[in-house]
Amino acid sequence: MKFKLLSTLAGVLTSAVLSVATPAHAADDSLTSILAKKSIALGVASDFPPYGYMGPDFKLTGVDVATAQLIADKLGVKADFVPVSTPNRIPYLQTKKIDLIVSALGKNPEREKVIDFTVAYAPFFQAVFGPKALSIKSFDDLAGKTIAVTRGTIQDDVLQKVAPPTLKIQRFEDDATTVAAFISQQTQLLATGAAVAAAAVQKNPQVQAEYKLLLKDSPNFIGVRKGETALLTKVNEILRAAKADGTLEKYSQKWLGRGTGVLPD
Amino acid sequence: MMEFNFVTVLEQWPMLLRGLGLTVTLTAFSAVLGALLGTACAWARLHGGPILKRVVGAYVELVRNTPFIIQLFFIFFGLPSLGLRLSVEVACVLAMVFNLGAYACEIVRAGLQTTPRGQLEAAMSLALTPWQTFSRVVLPPALARIWPALVSQIIIVMLGSAVCGQISAEELSQAANLISSRTFRSFESYIIVTAIYLLLAIALRQLLYWVGPRFIFSSR
Repeated sequence: MKFKLLSTLAGVLTSAVLSVATPAHAADDSLTSILAKKSIALGVASDFPPYGYMGPDFKLTGVDVATAQLIADKLGVKADFVPVSTPNRIPYLQTKKIDLIVSALGKNPEREKVIDFTVAYAPFFQAVFGPKALSIKSFDDLAGKTIAVTRGTIQDDVLQKVAPPTLKIQRFEDDATTVAAFISQQTQLLATGAAVAAAAVQKNPQVQAEYKLLLKDSPNFIGVRKGETALLTKVNEILRAAKADGTLEKYSQKWLGRGTGVLPD
Repeated sequence: MMEFNFVTVLEQWPMLLRGLGLTVTLTAFSAVLGALLGTACAWARLHGGPILKRVVGAYVELVRNTPFIIQLFFIFFGLPSLGLRLSVEVACVLAMVFNLGAYACEIVRAGLQTTPRGQLEAAMSLALTPWQTFSRVVLPPALARIWPALVSQIIIVMLGSAVCGQISAEELSQAANLISSRTFRSFESYIIVTAIYLLLAIALRQLLYWVGPRFIFSSR
């Protein structure tokens, strides 16, 4: 009896959760209501430098935050930043807690089933980083150097394929030890994601590390609720204009230390 | 039902072999140096001056009351900030020697302290110098008494070298990690490596039980 009640309850809860998580295509009215409210809710990361993080003045800053602010400004509304995490950002969007996801969101087929994506606005990449004093112009320059990398990551795979055999690849178990090896100068170079490298450099300014070589590109897109075509079109317009006038390039240079490269439209 | 595929893993045998080689090398260096350090420390704790006794006592307590991986991280990641940068392999050997030295110190000391009083008196009546007494009369039977415990400790340190993969030393367990992340056959990789460690430990124990009585504390 008790079990039956519990399972009924569980069934009700599950269906409630499912209906919240996968709503029918939203009515295409977000843009109208944003303009009416004069405010847009933007999901940004608050702990993911250099994309979205707390600056020294306790204000959110980063590529994502600047881009989100730009969109709000162009719409002529107030930007309402909502900190989101990687697991909760898509449910937040679907349940209308936010209108856009601007938090280093990558595009993949699974995600495309549940949300729509704008054009890309910023690069996200795995790369080789090293001290300013060390000149690395091509993969051949890696010969005879030492590099720290996290075992089994994309950057580990790519390095193995493209680097000269004399590059000593030192593999660590997680990003923290990989970065520690580089910061303590146990290795000359570091292969990691842009966000990890930026955080490492930000916390250890004495290292003077900079971007050297690109290993893999996977740019960021803004997430929009399925079916919100008016909002999607408007944001795309803003992003394309910002790309054309060099604003996105400027953001990328400022926070990532390199240009946007070719962003997929 | 899970299907096993050992062939995929065994195809990576050069990596396993290199890993095995490094594990054996690390163990060989650290066993010899660690046992010597331990014996020296045991002597110091019994016969050294008061300051030396204190210093060695502090070292033993420090090592025996902190995790090995932290000691390793301290040597590899910490010492460079004091200006001492060691290669991965040297850092591993140093950490293992340091670790074994402290445990071996206490094991050997236990052996030394159980020397029967009569033997010391006999040594004195023969007018042996303190060094002769220690090296000829006290140490060999003491080592014979604690040999099984010391061998166990050396094997523990050998197995502990698995942690060295954390600072990118490509020893046996790191080889298993690499193989499992390349072939996605983690279960098989770890079964094979477990078997290798088991055989290695048994072989090492047999070797030391053979070497000990013949070369280290031979009764002649």
